[in-house]
Amino acid sequence: MSTTIDLDEPAVGPTFTPISTGRKIRNGIAAVLVTLAFLVAVVPLVWVLWTVIAEGLSVVLRPGWWTQSLNGLLGRQQGGGAYHAIYGTLMQSLIAAAIATPIGILVAIYLVEYGAKSRLARATTFMVDILTGIPSIVAALFVYAVWIAILGFDRSAFAVSLALVLLMVPVVVRSTEEMLRIVPDDLREAAYALGVPKWKTIVRIVIPTALSGMLTGISLALARIMGETAPMLILVAYAPFINYNVFAGNMASLPLLMTVERANPTEAGSDRIWGAAITLILIITVFQLIAALLSRVTAPKTK
Amino acid sequence: MAKRLDLKDVDIYYGSFQAVDGVTLSIPPNSVTAFIGPSGCGKSTVLRALNRMHEVVPGARVEGEVLLDGEDIYAPNVDPVSVRRTIGMVFQRPNPFPTMSIRDNVVAGLKLQGVKNKKVLDEVAERSLRGANLWNEVKDRLNKPGGSLSGGQQQRLCIARAIAVQPEVLLMDEPCSALDPISTLAIEDLIANLKKQYTIVIVTHNMQQAARVSDQTAFFNLRATGEPGRLVEIGDTEKVFSTPTEKATEDYISGRFG
Repeated sequence: MSTTIDLDEPAVGPTFTPISTGRKIRNGIAAVLVTLAFLVAVVPLVWVLWTVIAEGLSVVLRPGWWTQSLNGLLGRQQGGGAYHAIYGTLMQSLIAAAIATPIGILVAIYLVEYGAKSRLARATTFMVDILTGIPSIVAALFVYAVWIAILGFDRSAFAVSLALVLLMVPVVVRSTEEMLRIVPDDLREAAYALGVPKWKTIVRIVIPTALSGMLTGISLALARIMGETAPMLILVAYAPFINYNVFAGNMASLPLLMTVERANPTEAGSDRIWGAAITLILIITVFQLIAALLSRVTAPKTK
Repeated sequence: MAKRLDLKDVDIYYGSFQAVDGVTLSIPPNSVTAFIGPSGCGKSTVLRALNRMHEVVPGARVEGEVLLDGEDIYAPNVDPVSVRRTIGMVFQRPNPFPTMSIRDNVVAGLKLQGVKNKKVLDEVAERSLRGANLWNEVKDRLNKPGGSLSGGQQQRLCIARAIAVQPEVLLMDEPCSALDPISTLAIEDLIANLKKQYTIVIVTHNMQQAARVSDQTAFFNLRATGEPGRLVEIGDTEKVFSTPTEKATEDYISGRFG
């Protein structure tokens, strides 16, 4: 190949060209920007997690944090635990979930399977969209106005649950609706053609097919309401002791514990805030993990 | 036992749009009837009207009579669910239930109708899978998901599922259009076998297929675009393909239009 002569040169230019310098530069700039955006998004997240763990880990590892309340402790006294607040957070959000999930799923079933394009369905979708954006304090004030001011009930953990229901229902409706819509109509028709009534098709074919995604949506909605604070501030007062009765009396919850201890300038106070923060993150994480597991188990398989 | 179907002056509407106009034809028991015709001529619509599946579309309605052994399936007190139990259907694309195993897919119809006896279900599963020529291929993996099968196997699974509820009539809406030639051949062999037990109506775009599998052929066409579809000609397959009475049929079959 060392003795190439002019005659061996191709008569026309090559079909393929190298990557132009301009494109290399643009590619480089875009890569840097995308990476920077990623860092801007991730750094604060990692920072928050790191701070919470650094400040709170020793607190939640103390004996009694998961089993005791703060009953009888002075503000500056170390010790005690968050059992009362953990109980409150779990009860309030699980009661809300127990009410909101069936309502949300039934509304979504109506919208997808029965409502089709009817005016009622369109109006419902519109209302759900508005409700999705409702601030939690508005939901709390609404429950205060109806449940406490008009119907005359006392402030209680159950009132908090009712406000959380208002916040959770639209999220469950939207996510369930999306999941039901992506179930192919082929499957519904296959079931009808076997002589299966519509309701049974929905319960035994459509919902099992969509279940995996529905569970993810419900767990996201649950995570959202677990961190809510406004309804607790308005609808129930903080109690440093354990109250098992959701219908009467004051009851703590993790967000409320943090808000109340913020007024406590001592080291014990800030320890409790960080401890409560890490506890809340842990509880939400555990629920997410359970949901992810359930969603994997229930997902349609191909192998 | 297989039953006969008679259509008397059937008109089909979607809302105010008339899709099919005045179809009258008879489908004898234990025969294979092929519906052929260009796209949009209403042959699938007629097929879906035979087990009231078109009612899934809001606003769809049928005028005229569809008689199963003399009994009108559109009589006012007839439950469409019971019609579909008697007249089964296989669709264009294989659609096994993704959450169910192969076995559960086959017996889905019975299970959802409330049959719980495991022995009965196992027997039905085997009989139906054998009937659909699929038993030997899947007998060792009945608990694997239905979605793990190939397209042709999935379609035979759907046929097994349809015959597991023991219908009188089996409707097939282009059952081979998503399949390769070998799977298509498997389904066609199966249709020839199923004819012994069921009355079969098949919609197909493939004229060789119609000629191979059917006893009688019905040719549907539109008078013009936007007009409702109508039945042009029905007769013994051999006669329709060799000496059709209508010129439109001859043109379509010889490939001069459509």
